[in-house]
Amino acid sequence: MPILDIKGISKIYGSVKALHNVDLAVEQGEWLAIMGPSGSGKTTMMNIIGCMDKPTEGKVILDGVDIAAESARNLTAVRREKIGLIFQQFHLINYLTALENVMVAQYYHSMPDEKEALQALDRVGLSNRAKHLPSQLSGGEQQRVCIARALINYPMLVLADEPTGNLDEANEGIVLDIFKQLHREGSTVIVVTHDPEVAQEAQRTVVLEHGRIARIIANGGPGQTNASRLEDGAPDSQSRQAAERSKE
Amino acid sequence: MTKRSMYFKMITSALIRRRSGMFVALLAVAIGATVLSGLVTVYYDIPRQMRQEFRSYGANLIFVSSGGDALSEEEAAAAVACIPEAQAVGIAAYRYETVKINEQPFMAAGTDLAGARATSPYWFVSGEWPERDGSVLIGQEVADVIRLLPGSSFTMTGTDLQGEAFSRDFRVAGIVQTGGTEEAFIFMSLADFAAVIGENGAFDVVECSVSASQAELEAIAARVTESAAGVAPRLVTRVTRSEGAVLTKLQALVFLVTTVVLLLTMICVATTMMAVVEERRKEIGLKKALGAPNRGIVAEFLGEGLFLGCLGGVLGAALGFGFAQLIGINVFSRAVHFQAALAPVTVVASVFVTGLACLIPVRRATDVDPAIVLRGE
Ligand SMILES: Nc1ncnc2c1ncn2[C@@H]1O[C@H](COP(=O)(O)OP(=O)(O)OP(=O)(O)O)[C@@H](O)[C@H]1O
Ligand SMILES: [Mg+2]
Repeated sequence: MPILDIKGISKIYGSVKALHNVDLAVEQGEWLAIMGPSGSGKTTMMNIIGCMDKPTEGKVILDGVDIAAESARNLTAVRREKIGLIFQQFHLINYLTALENVMVAQYYHSMPDEKEALQALDRVGLSNRAKHLPSQLSGGEQQRVCIARALINYPMLVLADEPTGNLDEANEGIVLDIFKQLHREGSTVIVVTHDPEVAQEAQRTVVLEHGRIARIIANGGPGQTNASRLEDGAPDSQSRQAAERSKE
Repeated sequence: MTKRSMYFKMITSALIRRRSGMFVALLAVAIGATVLSGLVTVYYDIPRQMRQEFRSYGANLIFVSSGGDALSEEEAAAAVACIPEAQAVGIAAYRYETVKINEQPFMAAGTDLAGARATSPYWFVSGEWPERDGSVLIGQEVADVIRLLPGSSFTMTGTDLQGEAFSRDFRVAGIVQTGGTEEAFIFMSLADFAAVIGENGAFDVVECSVSASQAELEAIAARVTESAAGVAPRLVTRVTRSEGAVLTKLQALVFLVTTVVLLLTMICVATTMMAVVEERRKEIGLKKALGAPNRGIVAEFLGEGLFLGCLGGVLGAALGFGFAQLIGINVFSRAVHFQAALAPVTVVASVFVTGLACLIPVRRATDVDPAIVLRGE
């Protein structure tokens, strides 16, 4: 059974159809990338998967529960228990130190544990920056704190919306290495990215266009059978699909 | 680290490390608390002092015999016992007798001089109050007529209770000016009075200065009528009336100003908190995205607010005394006393007002949509 099973979701904002009848299944331990042009609905999809928004239509089955039908209070609990979020803008609390920022996630989840939080910072190579405020950290360091915070409660699903969008190449490499490590350890990761290099590291890449899945690209590796799927898209996307196919 | 210590870490860090916004609220609370504690100090202390000072216009309760003759010592004691000890400012029992100096008649008054001094602190004495037997206080009129100065001596003559003539020398300790009929009197201790006139165990009048409102005075008078037979209490109403009117006006003013200031404080805190919540929408969204329940968000913002309220209250309680002192000295020309019990009341009131002011902003905080953290608005 997939850990996440999206069935025919649509999201309508007034007159804008941000998502249109999207189906997607994600297996336990999978590393999935989502790509697509600006405004194609990537963030909308992440918000729905991350239990911060509900689809206008369709089902989102996370760990056997349809989160589209849950109350706001239950969604809060799901976020706390099952989701780890990584943001393009890091969103560290500016008046708390790196360590305290990690501990905030523990605080809402269960119990703040300084030792464990320090270990998490150590894992992203920041144990020597634990007492620094976000304003005293570089962008790359802030993103690593954000990652440590996302991982501290061992989430079932790690969601990252353009995690390298604000980073230079060197820091992008560091963050990517952390994701690879996470993947090796068996975490389920979904990353939204504009960067083909980042997407390439994932097992599959879902390409969104105009709120629909234009295609799914398998990046090789053993066991990746359900390689790609065709959706009715615009002519130009069809031609690109052909190009992708020829690559396979 | 426990959940609670993390909670305190979060709210204190937010206040100390952010250093903005909330400090305007702190200032507002501190000013409100200062005015509150300052005015309430004035409200309690100045009337209390003024009541005491109104007393300096003399006795406000006197006891005479209901039969028209003298009060026995027992009757006087029974009447005085009706006055609560804490409220008795001064009590002086008087005996009067006509005496002569240089063949001119004057009225001699025997009394407990310390009691008379307490009852009538406004008496102006040149020289000294008598301290030894044989020295007396004479009124200005007496001094003028027989040309006496403090320190000079004179001979008093007259007839005692047994009808026998007496003649005795006295020293003038001081000359008293009152602006009233007392200036025609010769005041001496009861012992001296008894030595020349004789002892009969009776008083002509008992004058009392009581620190009490009109209603309390009436209650005391009623008790005297009831429990001290033969005693007629008389209220000196002119003083107590004016006293009451001034104090009532002062208190109404203080109440009004305090209410208005607390309301302004509340409005200021509420708008500041509103701005702070608006400014911290991202942070709130993030906390919600991390799974903070609404009551967690409420607890944090309310916690910050109440912490500020408490801090502002403590500041206000301290500054309020200075403020009260300023008003006391500049407006009422007297120093106020520190009211220890008022400090906790000020803190509690500040916390309460801040809490009330935070309700709507905190409600706003819980309405923040966690989806904004991904949307980068
Ligand atoms: N809260 C909202 N209200 C109205 N329209 C919205 C809202 N959120 C998103 N949209 C619209 O939905 C569409 C998809 O937006 P979304 O943010 O998911 O795009 P995206 O793929 O993440 O784009 P980008 O790469 O620029 O981040 C856009 O047309 C956007 O304007
Ligand atoms: Mg986006």
